[in-house]
Amino acid sequence: MKTYTYTDLKDTRSGFGEGLLEAGRKNPNIVALCADLIGSMKMDAFVAEFPERFIQVGIAEANMIGIAAGLTIGGKIPFTGTFANFSTGRVYDQIRQSVAYSQKNVKICASHAGLTLGEDGATHQILEDIGLMKMLPNMVVINTCDFSQTKAATIAIADYNGPVYLRFGRPKVPDFTPKDQIFEIGKAIMLNEGKDVSIFATGHLVWTAIEAGAILAEKGIDAEIINIHTIKPLDREAVLKSAAKTRCVVTAEEHQMNGGLGDSIAQLLSREMPTPLEMVAVDDKFGESGIPEDLMVKYGLSTPDIVNAVMRAIVRK
Amino acid sequence: MNKISSIKDLQQISKNIRVNIIKMLAEAGSGHLGGSLGLADVFACLYFNILNHNSENPEWADRDRLILSIGHVAPVLYASLAEAGYFPKEELLTLRKLNSRLQGHPGRDHGLPGLELSAGSLGQGLSVAVGIALAAKSDKKDWRIYTIHGDGELQEGSIWEAAMSAAHYHLDNITALIDRNFCQIDGRTSDVMELEPLADKWKSFGWEVINCNGNNIQEILDAYSKAKTIKEKPSVIIAQTLMGKGISSIENDYHWHGKAPSKEEAENFIKQLMK
Repeated sequence: MKTYTYTDLKDTRSGFGEGLLEAGRKNPNIVALCADLIGSMKMDAFVAEFPERFIQVGIAEANMIGIAAGLTIGGKIPFTGTFANFSTGRVYDQIRQSVAYSQKNVKICASHAGLTLGEDGATHQILEDIGLMKMLPNMVVINTCDFSQTKAATIAIADYNGPVYLRFGRPKVPDFTPKDQIFEIGKAIMLNEGKDVSIFATGHLVWTAIEAGAILAEKGIDAEIINIHTIKPLDREAVLKSAAKTRCVVTAEEHQMNGGLGDSIAQLLSREMPTPLEMVAVDDKFGESGIPEDLMVKYGLSTPDIVNAVMRAIVRK
Repeated sequence: MNKISSIKDLQQISKNIRVNIIKMLAEAGSGHLGGSLGLADVFACLYFNILNHNSENPEWADRDRLILSIGHVAPVLYASLAEAGYFPKEELLTLRKLNSRLQGHPGRDHGLPGLELSAGSLGQGLSVAVGIALAAKSDKKDWRIYTIHGDGELQEGSIWEAAMSAAHYHLDNITALIDRNFCQIDGRTSDVMELEPLADKWKSFGWEVINCNGNNIQEILDAYSKAKTIKEKPSVIIAQTLMGKGISSIENDYHWHGKAPSKEEAENFIKQLMK
């Protein structure tokens, strides 16, 4: 098992903030919008440097999405920022009609996704957003795993012409991906080549998968670990190639089982190459208040859960 | 586009638009006749006098932007676009049919020239207009943004989010128009959900309110001219129209909100218009 190290614990949302600032410096057409959450979204630096390219919309997310669609008609590249719940469920119809069906170049950037939001509880811990967004034609869906990848993804989506949903989170997590990485939309990243099982992970669960890989190595299990940062379009080739080699699969994500990454991979494999598959995801439940680490254990998203899922998958070969 | 200022000529254009609306709906066998006919005079004024646009170059960067927020009156938009030369009039008869660019509600995914936004689910167009207006202001462009809303549509809360933000950002480059026909699917707006005092609502949200008869070409032109002179705040034209305008037997009857005429009715309606 390849060893991964990190020097800092950093939040993915700060990666978004830095990426937005850098993208803004590169391209004067980039504008940012926020619905009364500048600090939480780490958009302060962009607001300070480009006050004339920032639009505060107040607590009115539906209006924010519509305004963003309109800004594209005026030639701008808008990045909207609010929590994942308010970025998707609250404004689904606006995104569906005014952004996706209207083919508008809007970047919907969403923080505080999933259980790791913690103490605020289930109203804010959206676990359905990937499903909502991936079902929309024309929409790209990205879920980044750490600070550096989120920063790189934020810069990359500015250069892609079309609607994008970029999902990240609140807590500080290991920042282990390369600082100078170039983010390629739709291109899975091989973290560890292995032969016994394929673990496809996204978002915060990528680091958890790496931890699980080390434990599995001690047990003599050689796990292939792949970071699927882009859920749509899915890197079909990478998934099929790995599954063909290992012949059993585990998916891991901070999302409902219904509609998430595991669901996309199960759909692909069942059509192209039926393969035993286990999912590490939330099983049709809302979250609750608690510290993130405890929630991940209670809802089955911790390192031992991935290890156990691998054991179940391997015996099904 | 060459602008037409003769009232008589604009009236003739609105008549052409009405005839085509009736023909296309009769051919389609479904669709929204009442509101489409009621807005024909407004659309004749917009596409042949008010808007700076170019049907040869629909994406012209300095065009005025028209956002139709009530997608169900798509027939009046399509008939006007065809009348203005965006596509051949024969294509109007493909409305609501498989593989047509003329969707039941306008969809930008289908490649129709001159269409800025998909619409159908109500209450979204004004927010989009705010975004366009902010982009125009930031680039110091003087092209303008026009929106068309239904009165029933104002029951959607998102309209008022957008109204608040347009005034907050002093977007005097937006002119909204409300098709005030007092009708919606389930009945009179006052019975379904009261909108009055409507002008006061807009004024209290920081908008300039202009009233006009939305079936009178001169009054429509005057209202739009006045809106252009308003500075530092957005304008809304409350245009009183008759649902089904032009066909006396169906005027002001909300049952015609979402209905298409039969072939026989269509023939009879067109005869009435030609009188």
